[in-house]
Amino acid sequence: MTARAAIVVFPGSNCEGDCARALGALGVATELVWHTDEGLPDCDLVVVPGGFAHGDYLRTGAIARFSPVMGAVRAHAAAGKLVIGICNGWQILCEAGLLPGALRRNSGLKFVCKWTDIRVANAATPFSTRAEEGQVLRVPVNHFEGNWYCDRDVLSRVHANRQIVFRYADNPNGALDDVAGLTNEAGNVLGMMPHPERASEALLGSEDGRLILGSMLDHVSALAPA
Amino acid sequence: MNFEAVADVMLKPGIADPQGQTIERALVALGYSGVGEVRVGKHIELSVDAPSRADAHATVTRMCEQLLANTVIESYEVGVLEPSGDGDHGHDSPRRERVLEA
Repeated sequence: MTARAAIVVFPGSNCEGDCARALGALGVATELVWHTDEGLPDCDLVVVPGGFAHGDYLRTGAIARFSPVMGAVRAHAAAGKLVIGICNGWQILCEAGLLPGALRRNSGLKFVCKWTDIRVANAATPFSTRAEEGQVLRVPVNHFEGNWYCDRDVLSRVHANRQIVFRYADNPNGALDDVAGLTNEAGNVLGMMPHPERASEALLGSEDGRLILGSMLDHVSALAPA
Repeated sequence: MNFEAVADVMLKPGIADPQGQTIERALVALGYSGVGEVRVGKHIELSVDAPSRADAHATVTRMCEQLLANTVIESYEVGVLEPSGDGDHGHDSPRRERVLEA
């Protein structure tokens, strides 16, 4: 069975090609979906890639969450299927209410563009089974608003549900609890600031991103009828 | 009727405002002593058709909840002026002179 991924593209997205290439290298069939489409093609997973959707006007992700395609993304998530939002994609999923909390301006007021080490906090999610708990992955970040925040009640629920999947070894943006990536309560929607697709070939400096994308592929394959 | 309205969106108290902190440091560096509590927000002006001022206020409040503010980290304040030519506020009530709905 070939896994199928829909990659949602907004005006201002700029990582859809990298995501398609990285997933394609793992044998996933990818299709780009323009944000005005009301539906998604038949697919196993949805990628909301990085970039600057709608110019990041008002707030990152604030306008994108109302794009017509987001209804279908919401339905896909509600059906328990996988959704991954990377960087701006995470910001969009936060604004859409599919992931808890919000992403604020980096605490250092600097756009950060560098390699980060992220530690796997939970290896039992559809996004991390190919990694070991505590394993450090080398994945680059590239953002201005990656400073994740939520209130105390939400954070205690996030902890209780083990929703934090990745933590920065050296926090580059001030994110609460060093969160680099976390899931929704159901565990099928992930948002992360680091770009796994940019760490998907040795030539790029790291292949660790393949562990994340590959974990999703394993999850999808395990669900498929034999 | 057409109402002029404003929405002021601010980071909630307790949410770190690195932009405000940086501006504060710059002001201190410029020699302004005793400067503190600098916070940066958004001031959004708009006009809205509504049957009454209260309705206009309710509409802009809905806009804030839905789009203009992210209530996880931001609070907002809505102000609505009387419609121009209404008489109460004269012909040229300045837009920035906010009249807050009670």
